[in-house]
Parts: sequence; C-alpha cells; structure tokens
Amino acid sequence: MKHTFLVTALALASLALALDGQFGIHDPSTVVRCNGKFYTYGTGGSSLVSDDGWNWRRGTALPRRGMAPDVIHIGDRYYVYVAANIGAQPKAAINMIWNKTLDPDSPDYKWEEGGVVASSDGVEDCNAIDPGLFLDPNDGRLWLVYGSYFGYIRLVELDPKTGTRRNPNDQPRNLAINCEASDMIYRDGWYYLLATHGSCCRGADSGYNIRMGRAKKVTGPFLDSEGVDMIQGGGKLFAGSGGRVVGTGHFGLLDLGEGVQKFSLHYEADLDRGGASVLDIRPLLWRDGWPVGGENLKEGTFEIESLGTGTALELAVEGMPVGGRRARGGRGAGPGAGPGAGGGGRGMFEGQGGVIPPQDVAQVSKSWPEGNVDVRMANYLCQAQQKWTVAAVPNAGGYPGSPYFKITIAGTDRALAATGDAELVVLAAFTGGPEQLWRMDQLADGTWRIMPKQVPNSKEAFVLSATGSSFATLAKFDPKSERHRWLIKTP
Amino acid sequence: MNSPHKDHIPAVAVLAASALLAVAAISRAADQSPAPTLTSPASPQKTPSADGFIPRWLLLEPIGASGLTDSVVQTAVKKEYFPNQFTVVPHDGDQLTVGGAQLTWHAVDTTHYNVNLYHFAHALGKPTSDVLFWAVTVVNCPQEMRGVRLAIGSNAASVWWVNGKEVIGIYGDRQTVIDDGVSKRLTLNKGPNIVRAAIVNGGGATDFCARFLDAADKPLKGFTVSLAAK
Repeated sequence: MKHTFLVTALALASLALALDGQFGIHDPSTVVRCNGKFYTYGTGGSSLVSDDGWNWRRGTALPRRGMAPDVIHIGDRYYVYVAANIGAQPKAAINMIWNKTLDPDSPDYKWEEGGVVASSDGVEDCNAIDPGLFLDPNDGRLWLVYGSYFGYIRLVELDPKTGTRRNPNDQPRNLAINCEASDMIYRDGWYYLLATHGSCCRGADSGYNIRMGRAKKVTGPFLDSEGVDMIQGGGKLFAGSGGRVVGTGHFGLLDLGEGVQKFSLHYEADLDRGGASVLDIRPLLWRDGWPVGGENLKEGTFEIESLGTGTALELAVEGMPVGGRRARGGRGAGPGAGPGAGGGGRGMFEGQGGVIPPQDVAQVSKSWPEGNVDVRMANYLCQAQQKWTVAAVPNAGGYPGSPYFKITIAGTDRALAATGDAELVVLAAFTGGPEQLWRMDQLADGTWRIMPKQVPNSKEAFVLSATGSSFATLAKFDPKSERHRWLIKTP
Repeated sequence: MNSPHKDHIPAVAVLAASALLAVAAISRAADQSPAPTLTSPASPQKTPSADGFIPRWLLLEPIGASGLTDSVVQTAVKKEYFPNQFTVVPHDGDQLTVGGAQLTWHAVDTTHYNVNLYHFAHALGKPTSDVLFWAVTVVNCPQEMRGVRLAIGSNAASVWWVNGKEVIGIYGDRQTVIDDGVSKRLTLNKGPNIVRAAIVNGGGATDFCARFLDAADKPLKGFTVSLAAK
C-alpha cells in the first residue's frame, strides 16, 4: 500500500456472486478463523468478520492502526503484524501484537504488544510495510516477508513461540523488487512468493495484479515460469483484473483442509459497487506446478459430470432423444450421399434436415412422474433431464467466497436434495430447506466438490459422489476420489 | 467406420461365432449341461469370487420380450409370467409354463466374473435376442450387514430386487460394465437373502454380473451362496 489510507466500510446490497453484507476493505490480511468465525483486517484499522465466509460485517478495530496488516494463528496465539510510517516514506516499521482470540466477546480477548520486528530507515532500499507471514510446514520455522516498491521485498525469520524476530542482527534477505503486498506459500517441494505488481489506490485506473515466482528454498531465488528472477522484476501472473473488477492485490491463503484451498484478495475497484475497494475469496487451483487464481461458480445451466465415471447427473426419467425418437434404420451412404450415390440412398446418417432445436423441457416433462424422483447417472445426450440450473439462494447464507445454491432441472423447480439416509432425490419443488442448499467448492484441479448444506438427521458432512457408472449418492469426502469430483460443463 | 453397437457386429463374425457355439450347444443340449463358462453346482454352497462376484445362480430359460426403454422394460418385468414370480426361490430343474411354453430353471456356477446368458440360452437351443431372463440366488450372511450396496452390470437392461424390494433398474441398449448399476444403501439380513434379477436383451451378446459392496465401496465377501437342491 504505497499511498494513502483508504478506509472503506460499505453497506452493500447483495449482488449475485460477490460476497454479501459489508465487505469493503483495502489491503486485507490473510483471512483466519477463530472459534468458527472468519476475520480479516485492513488498512486504517478496518476489520471484517463473518460467520460463514460469505456474509461479512464490520468487525472490531485493532488497537494498532496502520497499513496492510497480516495475521497468523500459531498455537494458542494470533499474531498480527501492522506497519506504519515512522517518517517520510520509506521510513517505516512493522509492529507485532498478539491475542489469544480474535473474538472481542471472549473473556480472553486482550491484545499484547510484541514490539518491532522489522523496519526501514528511510534511506535503505526497502520500505518496511506490507507484512506477510509464512509458517514453513516442513520445519515449523516462521518467516516474515515485507516491503513495498522502494527497493526490495525482504525476508526475516521470526520465532513461532513469541512472534518476535529470531535473530535481530541477521541481515534481511532480498527476495524481489518492484512490488509489494508479498506473501509465501508452499506445495510439493516448492516455495511460492506471491506479490502485487502495478499501482494501487487509483480506483478503476489501478494496475494492481498479483504475480509470483517459485524457489526450492525459502530464501530463493524465486523465478517465474520464464526463468526471470523476481529480484530482477520477474513474476508470473497469478490473478489480474477481469469481469467487473479491477486491480487485484494482497493475496492471502485460506486453507480449508481436505485439499480445499482458497485465497483472499481485494479489488481496487468493484464496478458493480461504485468502484469501491472490496474483499473477495476465490478458489486456489494448481496447474503445471503453479497456483492459479480460480473463480467462484457463476450461476447458469450446466451438465454436471462425474470426473470418475464420465457420466452425467440426471433425473431418473425415461429420456427422449433430442429431435424425437427415430426408428433405427440402415446406414445408407452417409451424409451428402443422396439417392443414386451408390451407397443405398438415405440412411440413419442423413439426419432429419434443418436445425434440431434444444429439447423443450415443458414438452418432454409431460411424461415425467409428479412428486419426488430418483437421481441417476447416464451418458450425456443433451436431454432436458440432464441439464441443471445452479442459482444462488438469497438470504440462505454461504461459505467462503460463495452463497449456497439450489440445483434444479433447467426450466423446472424440481430441486436436487439430500435424504436422511445420505442418498439423493429430486423434489417436486424447491422449498428452501438446508438439504436443498448446495455448496460448490472448486478444487485444486479445477473440478468441483458439491455438498449439501445439511443431510437430514446428520451432523456429518457429505459430498455428492458417483456410485457405479449409473448412480449417485452422498459420501464422506475423499480428496483423492475422482468419484467425488465433478465437472461443471456448459451444456 | 467402427461402431460399438452390437447390432453392427459384422455378419460374418456372428455367423462364425454362432457356428462354433452351435456345435458346442448341440452336444450340451443333449444332456442339459450348461455352456462352457457355466457349470452345474457340485457343492452345497459357494463363496463369492476374489472380487466379490456372486458365482451361483438359478436361471430360467428365456421368455420373449422386446424393447429396452425404461417404461417398456418396467412393464415387461412387472408382467406376471408365473405364480409367485417375485417371491419364489426355485429349485434346479423346476419347470413352469409361460405363454404355453414349458421352461426350466437351471442352477449354474459361472467360471467368470459374469454370467453369460448367451452361452446359457444358446447351449439350450433357446433364443438369445428379444428375450427376458429371470435369475435368482440366495446370499447367506453370518450376521446382519448394514450399509451395503448391490452393484451390477448387465447386457442389456435389467431390474433387480433384494429381499423383495426393487433396488436397481438400468435401461437402454447397454453392455455389461462392472458396478454399472449400484443400489442405495441396504441391509442384508442375518441368514438367507434373496437376490432376484430380470435381464432383458435386445440382440447379440447378453450377460450380467453382480456383487455387493461394503460401506467403503469394497467388495463384500463374508457370505456364502447356496441354492436349495430339488
């Protein structure tokens, strides 16, 4: 955050597929969980809290106000690192404060000062703001990356037991240049440094974009996919502007476990919200050894196909071929071979002429049973009982990044639902029950985990699973099972 | 261009295969012994295969039936062909009359994971196309088994019952795929459990396979299969 504070606390009406509630913020910290709630802290003392990661509200400000905090939970402590200018830029310092809880209503809620962990003297090639914390899963060592444009992104080691600087006299290592808002993650033998390039704080004119490099050691060198070191300006794009949002910055990892990873960020300008700076949470995907900024599910009509079986979810009714049922005929001579072409004239490959329109669900559903109908899987044949409309359900809550959805047969109100015995049914109509609300998380490989908000009479979490080639059920999630991973395809 | 559809098997190949099978079938038809992949049970009970497939069945000689769509198959299998059609546990050699034709139940063990109904019918000189096969077996469990699933594959359409409850229906012109159709979770009783199937074939090859899966989707093996002798 290289310019002025931007304090945004917006009471925003719910718009489809953005976060809900009040989610205006700039330079959000990594989103962390405490006692079932989600918390993030931004520049200027702003704070957001959410019960589900979808609907956000203003939270309690930190006792230290500053720029672009970051927070990490280690043991029974939440360490928060907040930077502030202590003179003319780039003279700055990063202070640590810690608490046993982030919940102001808890009797344990009490902030303690931890002191300065990094600073810049206004002359050296660094601006000690924009802290990012990284706990190495390999050895438990805690690292701080920081910096903003004036010189380098730097790395120092902290003590995970106290959150303070481990060896204050050690010289910081330079990792990258010409960027800010850095953070680090690890996966499969690689350390990834993600940092924000471009300019901030200019609304829809902000060039903010998140870029990255990777290294075999936490100390670098961090090279991008073209082999350019980030200390020489390299950086592979992770997430940039698109759709109705401009200026992506301040990556933070939100690991939900079981292979479900998301990331938090802010947009400099959300065009649907007057160009305000807002928080978002999106799926974190992986491709060819690099993280990829995924996108939350957009409403629409889809084929829902099992990665494991290749068959598609459908209402268990007798299908009608698109264009109507045709008597099985001879092959004839094939397309374009008219009478006299030597192949026997018209055959099954000649088609029926003209454009065959999509199946009219109102027409074909006349033969479908009323009431509840089973669910099954079948080869996708573009038929009406195989097309599902996924639509957000207002005021039904959500999960990090998305609202709950209803999943209905396109053109009908027949709704997919979980049953009390952890099986599936399609109800005659959507009534809004929690067994009819679906959470759809995009997984690392781009497939989707689909799970009901609640299975009746059960406190356990289940996910949609193919069983055999031709049926579906609910099962405990196994990230390795292709049966639990789904392709959401445009029909 | 190749087509996987069995109606498209080159006529020469069909004729050649039929000729070979016919030779075997004639010799077997004379002593009522089943086809090469099927043998007469030689022990009181049988255990499932290494992959959990049920190897022992009572098969009724085929009944004429045509059509493979959901509604046509459901109508075909719900038609009453013989008394106690959905409850009887027949014996090897039992005979009954369907549409004026006398049909016999045959106890068989399959040497494969699947039960080859084409071999079965052909060896008996019976039609293999546009037919319905009834199959019954008895699964004996040492204790109640909850949360298991019946998992089947069939060529072509088939409907399945466990202890009288319909649990699977798969339709259309399809080939046998292991665990193609899988039931919802069900409970097998301690002691005998009756598994019943109706398989409808359009044309060409016809067979089925069946096994139970445990709560972890692993093949269930802790049971025996036995058919009452006449």
